[in-house]
Amino acid sequence: MTELPVLLGLLLATTAGTAAALTRDPVHQALVLSVLGLALALLFTLLQAPDVALSQLAVGTVLTPLMVLLSVRKVRRRPREDSPADGRGGKR
Amino acid sequence: MNKTVRLWVLGVGCAGVALLFVGAFRRLPEFGGSHHPYGARAVAAALHRHTANVVSSVNFDQRSFDTLGEQAILFGAVLGTVVVLRQARDERRVPPEPAVVAPTVRRYALVSLPLTLLVGLYVVAHGQLSPGGGFQGGLVVATALHLLYVAVDYRALERLRPVPVFALADAFGDVAYLLLGLAGLFAGASFLANVLPLGTFNTLASGGLVPLLNAAIGIEVASAAVVLLAQFLDQALELVPREGEHR
Amino acid sequence: MNLLPFLCAGWLFLVGCYALATSRNLIHAVGALAVCQSSTYVLLLAVGYRSGGTAPVFSDVPPGARPVVDPVVQALTLTDVVVGATVTALLLALVVQIAKRHGTVDPDELRELRG
Repeated sequence: MTELPVLLGLLLATTAGTAAALTRDPVHQALVLSVLGLALALLFTLLQAPDVALSQLAVGTVLTPLMVLLSVRKVRRRPREDSPADGRGGKR
Repeated sequence: MNKTVRLWVLGVGCAGVALLFVGAFRRLPEFGGSHHPYGARAVAAALHRHTANVVSSVNFDQRSFDTLGEQAILFGAVLGTVVVLRQARDERRVPPEPAVVAPTVRRYALVSLPLTLLVGLYVVAHGQLSPGGGFQGGLVVATALHLLYVAVDYRALERLRPVPVFALADAFGDVAYLLLGLAGLFAGASFLANVLPLGTFNTLASGGLVPLLNAAIGIEVASAAVVLLAQFLDQALELVPREGEHR
Repeated sequence: MNLLPFLCAGWLFLVGCYALATSRNLIHAVGALAVCQSSTYVLLLAVGYRSGGTAPVFSDVPPGARPVVDPVVQALTLTDVVVGATVTALLLALVVQIAKRHGTVDPDELRELRG
């Protein structure tokens, strides 16, 4: 079967995508997302799309997970003030 | 709407979409089939314009007006991110501490930095010949610069990466694309028409306008990625809320 | 078997939607959206694939020597990947801003705050 590598790559990407969607913790999700990026890059190479694989490699494995991790760090550092009693008037 | 109702709505919606998907997929052309009318025409047009990488030809010649729209989205998204993540009035800037980096990490990162930078520029420059181009090469260049953060620390990165310069470069790439498009109008053809001499097939100076548009996109994507990461790094590492002024 | 690539793309989209709808953290929701985005790449490239075809690059293959896969869908996917990343960045920026103003990134808690 000549399409076997393509099928394997497809299953790998699907599994990684499912895992990335179902991972609830954003930090773990960022890591699984970068695995998904790698799996997709592999799949695109097998589908004879080197141009797309190259950009997926840069975006999916580096840029997106890094931005997710930095956002998590920013959001977690802020202490959770559980006092929404004061008016939220000056919202901007 | 409580949780169970929401899950039911979601389930029904997903099942409906899945049914529609299966129905639609059954009528798609067969996977791996040899009937690709658009592909065949695109290949013929690319060879006619002396561009070896057909994907680049599609992006920067046959559908270059579409790419203008894409890069406008890119520019808009970057602009939006910069505006949303600007330093607010109730935030102050804390300069990060100098970090200690293991010597092996530093050596490896400092060696791979210029190499990665060179690879990125190569990928941009050879977009019309081999897989690659402005989109991919720009990202590689931007990633390469951030090896400095791995090798030394955030302060070194900040010194070598003045964000206003890259923001300007982003706008410059955008404008350059437009001006290159206008060149077609001045030559008496349509907007973004490939009016330059097409050159010899499979050499660096082939494809007419394609390498130039590639370079413009490369500049824009590289500086866009740098500016985006700079905003997030700034938020995560430097900006902290001012005490007692929380509103 | 011939439907499998398309079904994989459909599955990725649906599982991303499920995660998006049941998410308890906006950052996680953005990640789920990235999975939805990746389904479109898989679908587009699967449509353009051709058995025995090679990449549509003629720098080392003489034109006409071998069949090539569809370059048009590749060009669509290529710009989609890069533009999608910047849109993800914009969404994450909005999440960071929400966290600053409301002190939470849980959509349910945010709804209570607004009400």
